[in-house]
Amino acid sequence: MLTYIARRLLIFIPVLLGITVINFIIVNMAPGNPVDMYIDPNMSPDIIEAKKEALGLNDPILIQYLKWLGTLLTGDLGYSMSSYAPVAQLVGERIMPTVTLGLAALVLALLIAIPLGILSALKQNTKIDYLVTGLSFIGTSIPNFFLGLALIYIFAVNLGVLPTGGMQKLGGDGGMWDRIAHMILPAIVLATAIAGRKVRYVRASMLDVLKQDYLRTARSKGVHEFWVTNKHALRNALLPVITVVGLEIPLLLGGAIITEQIFQWPGIGQLTLQSMMSRDYPTIMALNLIAAIAVLGANLLTDILYSAADPRIKVS
Amino acid sequence: MIEFDARAYDRPESQTASPLVKLDGLKTYYPIRKGLLGRVRGHVKAVDDVSLDIREGETLGLVGESGCGKSTIGRTILRLEESTGGQIVYKGENITRYSTSKMRPLRTEMQMIFQDPFSSLNPWMRVKDILKEPMLAHGKATASTADAEVDRLLDAVGIPRSYKDRYVHEFSGGQRQRIGIARALSLNPKFIVCDEPVSALDVSIQAQVLNLLKALQKELGLTYLFIAHGLGAVKYISTRIAVMYLGKVVEIGTKEQIFRNPKHPYTQILLNAYPVPNPHLRGREKMVVQGDVPSPTAPPSGCRFHTRCPFAQERCRQEEPPLTADSLGDGHAAACHFTL
Amino acid sequence: MSTTKLQALTQAHAPAMPEIENTQVESRFRQVARRFARNKMAVIGLFFCILLFAVGIFAPLLQPYPPDQVTGDFSAPPSSAHLLGTDQIGRDVLSRLISAAQVSLLVGFATVAIYVAFGTLVGLLSAYYGGWIDTLFMRITDMFMAFPFMMVILVVVSVVGPSLFTIIAVLALFSWPSIARLVRGSVLSLKQADHVRAAVSLGLKTPRVIMQHIFPGALAPIIVNATFGVASAILTESGLSFLGMGVQPPTASWGNMLSEAQSISVLSDQPWLWLPAGLAILLTVLAINFVGDGLRDALDPKQ
Repeated sequence: MLTYIARRLLIFIPVLLGITVINFIIVNMAPGNPVDMYIDPNMSPDIIEAKKEALGLNDPILIQYLKWLGTLLTGDLGYSMSSYAPVAQLVGERIMPTVTLGLAALVLALLIAIPLGILSALKQNTKIDYLVTGLSFIGTSIPNFFLGLALIYIFAVNLGVLPTGGMQKLGGDGGMWDRIAHMILPAIVLATAIAGRKVRYVRASMLDVLKQDYLRTARSKGVHEFWVTNKHALRNALLPVITVVGLEIPLLLGGAIITEQIFQWPGIGQLTLQSMMSRDYPTIMALNLIAAIAVLGANLLTDILYSAADPRIKVS
Repeated sequence: MIEFDARAYDRPESQTASPLVKLDGLKTYYPIRKGLLGRVRGHVKAVDDVSLDIREGETLGLVGESGCGKSTIGRTILRLEESTGGQIVYKGENITRYSTSKMRPLRTEMQMIFQDPFSSLNPWMRVKDILKEPMLAHGKATASTADAEVDRLLDAVGIPRSYKDRYVHEFSGGQRQRIGIARALSLNPKFIVCDEPVSALDVSIQAQVLNLLKALQKELGLTYLFIAHGLGAVKYISTRIAVMYLGKVVEIGTKEQIFRNPKHPYTQILLNAYPVPNPHLRGREKMVVQGDVPSPTAPPSGCRFHTRCPFAQERCRQEEPPLTADSLGDGHAAACHFTL
Repeated sequence: MSTTKLQALTQAHAPAMPEIENTQVESRFRQVARRFARNKMAVIGLFFCILLFAVGIFAPLLQPYPPDQVTGDFSAPPSSAHLLGTDQIGRDVLSRLISAAQVSLLVGFATVAIYVAFGTLVGLLSAYYGGWIDTLFMRITDMFMAFPFMMVILVVVSVVGPSLFTIIAVLALFSWPSIARLVRGSVLSLKQADHVRAAVSLGLKTPRVIMQHIFPGALAPIIVNATFGVASAILTESGLSFLGMGVQPPTASWGNMLSEAQSISVLSDQPWLWLPAGLAILLTVLAINFVGDGLRDALDPKQ
């Protein structure tokens, strides 16, 4: 197992390097540069040049890449080109809100998906099953921004029970309930697509377990009897569901961009959009790299959990 | 069903016949990769130093338990697996390292009939297209003559012409195997590797297919390498028989030599597993094979059979017995220090 | 072919054949269609898709007004003149909705056509040749899979500049790896199938072996994956357009129609500006997903 992890980590290195290269090429294909954003038409060409020089924008692309990679290896993510703050600090401020929101969404998704998936499997081919399956399809098909706007329309505008956006009340600390209230809508939006897919996963996993002969008897005696007799079967059905949760990370990150934008949630997603608007290359590249590491790490973790949970699967 | 008189088709033993296929020290190993960098940590020695002649017009039966490497030999001869060492000589040409394109013209002479009649035919093609494809690819037929050729092939294997527009999933196992035979014949080959062609079929169908193979051999002058895990079909169809154990040939001889006078203990055990029709042999003490087949990754030292051999001595553990012909010079050879 | 000899055998062997029941031969296509028809939601989804295609093709006939021209008051609520009202600069919402359907279908199908073709090629070559080609291709695939999808698409679009063409190209660029993996997996298992070995031993040329004997077996999962791919491309495009990084106004897209609703006043007082476009995306994606689900069951060889 240890050699397996070591081997996977070794493979990460060229993959990550490749990502930085592609990243760098893409970003450098950009027509404008950040200085353009701040050019005062009256500014003299000399000053513009000096500014470009100071930012290292006149170096050949390869040198720029190596410089960036070199500083990256020392743990330095560079400085933002728009706010001049260290990228690490910018990103650091934004990470917690995104992680909090993402975790809340994951937990919510599982809380919705597991009972509904089990119910759907137990009541296979009944109206309840069709309803749950139908809902799960809607969950994966609804655009998150549309869901977000609809939820704001219903709960914030019409009913007025929840805030329209932000992380807390303007200016002040409204306490725990205030923060939770702010998190409810964005968490629901993020959780919906994940829950939609997980419901079908739980259902399929559960049906697999139910096919086993010794469970047919218990199942035929009804739902209550099933719970009593089959706690272990349930565990077997749910283990794979939990272990592959890491695979949702890319979807969460993608969803975070739009969700944070709609709800003005000050996280990584919003920072991504802002730094793209201001062509802030160092920040964009750092964000991409962090996201890539998160995705790779989540995949590895999933593999490890999966093989740990099921002794029949041997990693090789 | 047409009954074949087995004696009528048994060719006289022709020691002088030139080998059509000659294997010289053939080895086919599969690497086992392990560890941090996927280094090769060992090999499965599926075929380990096998030398054989297959003579023109004969049927060489190749017998052994599953996993002994007999199918690998068949596939290696046809260059479907890459050999690790040794030579494959076809009609005097060393084809061991021929490229795919250099091999292509030879494909018309060397064909294969597969074990599983269900997976060996392309399920997305009609029977007629399965048969036409190789002929068109090798210019053996043109678009206008191919249909007539298909009819002839179907006639030859006993499938009604009217079924040529069907897909293979509509046929039974025996019928599919006939289609597989027709496909192998489509290029008019000289040599056919029959890889357990009847072991997946019902017993009642097996005889039909064996009869068909025998009749085709006689009519078309084919040479067969007939691979099987039991001696039943092999006894019926073979001229000579080679017995394999863990990647090596342990005994080779004519059908009569193998059945009447087996020299290797392993051959004896295989014979015991096969119901003996000869009352003179029934009295013999039955030998039972002990234990499991050892792993071909790390074959036992000395004689590979010593772990399961009822007669094993100290020498068998130390020294590997070569495949040596008996003193009569009749081509019967066994790899055992204490031949029976 | 030694014709004469084979003919000699003809009579000797024909009687050995038991007759096959002479039932109507059911073609594969029919079989799949029959199974698909059992899934009601899939059939409804298919009808919706056909309807949507018809709307896209006959758009000019169905649109009451030119979609990009001001034809009424600003933000007028639905009326008999403008069934779904007008937008903030007085264009007919229904007409724009119909134009946007064309855009969505184009993005969905063009993207999938490109990346399925490319991913299939990569997967086929990788699995068939193995060795260093496989290693190289799979490392590149890993690399593309490790990109956080939405984020990197946004970056590329913002760098190259948003346009319909960019969206299609970028979505395709980052969507092919899953198909490549899928195809590689099925080819690797198919390569061991005896009928592929037979094709090689028959001396068929490599492209023929791949296309005639391996590809058809990998087709079913490709079709299913491609169907879900159309839905997800449409969804992603609408998201990008919503963020202003996709299809650019004045060209109508369901996503950019919704992005105008981001202000609270539009959201609360002018639902006709955002509700129809949002529902259009939801229903389209839902319908395609149902079709994909039906296809998956219908093409499943285990049934």
